[in-house]
Amino acid sequence: MENKYTLEITDLTVAYDNKPVLWDIDLNIPEGVLMAIVGPNGAGKTTLIKAIQGLVPTAAGRVLVFDKKYSENRGLVGYVPQRGSVDWDFPTSVVDVVKMGTYGTLGWFRRPGKKEENMALEALEKVDMLDFKDRQISKLSGGQQQRVFLARALVQNAEIYLMDEPFQGVDATTEKAIITILKDLRSQGKTLVVVHHDLQTVMEYFDSVALLNIRLIASGKVENVFTASNLHATYGGRVKFLDQEISQNAV
Amino acid sequence: MILHELIFDYTLRNVALGSAMLGIVSGFLGTIVVLKKQSLLGDAMSHAALPGIALAFIIFGTKNMSVLLFGAGITAFIATGLIYLTTKNSKIKFDSSLAIWLSTFFGLGLVLLTIIQRYPNAQQAGLDKFLFGQAAALTQSDVTTMFILGAVSISIVILFWKEIKILIFDPGFGTSLGLKLRIMETVVIALIIIAILIGLQTVGVVLMSSMLIAPAVAARQWTDRFSTMVMLSALFGIAAGISGSVFSSKIAKMPTGPAIIVSISFIVLFSILFSHKYGLITQYFIERRSNRNIKLNRILEGLLNLSVNHDDPYHPHSINVLKFMGYSPGAIRSGLEILNKQGLVEHRGEEEWALTKEGYTEIENNFKRLIP
Repeated sequence: MENKYTLEITDLTVAYDNKPVLWDIDLNIPEGVLMAIVGPNGAGKTTLIKAIQGLVPTAAGRVLVFDKKYSENRGLVGYVPQRGSVDWDFPTSVVDVVKMGTYGTLGWFRRPGKKEENMALEALEKVDMLDFKDRQISKLSGGQQQRVFLARALVQNAEIYLMDEPFQGVDATTEKAIITILKDLRSQGKTLVVVHHDLQTVMEYFDSVALLNIRLIASGKVENVFTASNLHATYGGRVKFLDQEISQNAV
Repeated sequence: MILHELIFDYTLRNVALGSAMLGIVSGFLGTIVVLKKQSLLGDAMSHAALPGIALAFIIFGTKNMSVLLFGAGITAFIATGLIYLTTKNSKIKFDSSLAIWLSTFFGLGLVLLTIIQRYPNAQQAGLDKFLFGQAAALTQSDVTTMFILGAVSISIVILFWKEIKILIFDPGFGTSLGLKLRIMETVVIALIIIAILIGLQTVGVVLMSSMLIAPAVAARQWTDRFSTMVMLSALFGIAAGISGSVFSSKIAKMPTGPAIIVSISFIVLFSILFSHKYGLITQYFIERRSNRNIKLNRILEGLLNLSVNHDDPYHPHSINVLKFMGYSPGAIRSGLEILNKQGLVEHRGEEEWALTKEGYTEIENNFKRLIP
């Protein structure tokens, strides 16, 4: 049976200390979309990305990847964690970090070889970091770190990419470079789900959006969903959106 | 002479072999512990071994080493479990949890040792040696046991190299790849316990943690590669193990454990001061040299600036003119002498200095480097 969804999330609930961080999320993500996950701090955006991959314990819920349980199809899902989630003082080089993207397909005991090295170099070329391949990772700027993480996800050669704030703390050039790569992936038919912070660029960068604040407020095409009332429901109070201020009274 | 003794003296050979093995295993496991920022976990685990030794003696009534180490391993493992459970299920943070369980187990161990000392027979004598180790008492069979345990742990680290690497650097990503890092984490803890068991007889429960931490800390100063760090760390561990054994054999009543720890501490101190990458003294000299280069470049540029008025870049000037650049005449003179040796300036007439062709090119290149 043909299914147009790459990722089907049903009833997903995560709680810390009996307080829900994500509550009853139902989200179906069609193939080939570039989707932003948007919401205020503490809305559960990172938790959602992690819960999809079983990286945090879930209280309830089900995640299907191409109609199968995530654990059976995890090879089709690539992951870009938050740049700040690792210690960049770890003694290793850029190309070594990128090679980590191949560890999943290598299996126990096997180490990356020539083939994996070439995959890593190719990915580094795509993110314009080939010149830095032997650099110690502690000597990278924030934008360069982000590109390295992106390259590591590219060697996973996945169908779905989950990215946690890939634009966080990067310069304008890197931001443009990253969005070009993301759009390129979309045109190859890949599905991208990106935690995003900057409301101003949602319309420019993304075609779909999911508005999240512990519960899923709305999701779908940007033009249908990214509306003042939905944003208001997500952020509450006042939210500045596209130079036009929407206050509680105005709605 | 010493080499001869190392090979033919039964006691020294056992001590040195045992300590060297401890050095290798600590070097391997220590790198993981230090990079995972869990340096003090080893401390808690080794202190928690003490009640295990005492309990094993009380229950089985024997001083058989395997039985005692088995007991030590069990309590060390229980303590680790309690540390993690406490952190996970309460508001208590990891470091506090470590401190609490470390002192609880160690205190319990000391209490049990005191009770054992009241035993009527003399059999109990010597259990307190586990506090600071007693390498001189190592037998051939102890050393064999240490080698088997050590070889197993090192092989496991090498086999699971990439899993361990990603467990340290980015466990979330590793798990998303489908790697079984939860199991890996347990394996690593088991290996740390093995390293501690190997060290109990040699350096004892109190000093064992520095045997885990110090070689890795020293190694980190010399390299930016994980594999090199592991190798170096093991090498430093061996060096400290053997030199500590030799010192304690040469100096009367010198216990081996503390001698090993002092040796490794010297290696750490030396590395922190003099490593070619991050050494504090090295950094100082690098900075001094770069300051000197800046100063020399300024003198060169000063000469060029002054000569602009003469339509001749090689026009000579006296030090009295140059000193208004803000350096003392003495500093300018010594700077000019250095530049002269490098062939960038030349002495002309009395107290007059001028750029050479090479000096002019040097400035040009400097500017090109600044403005590509």
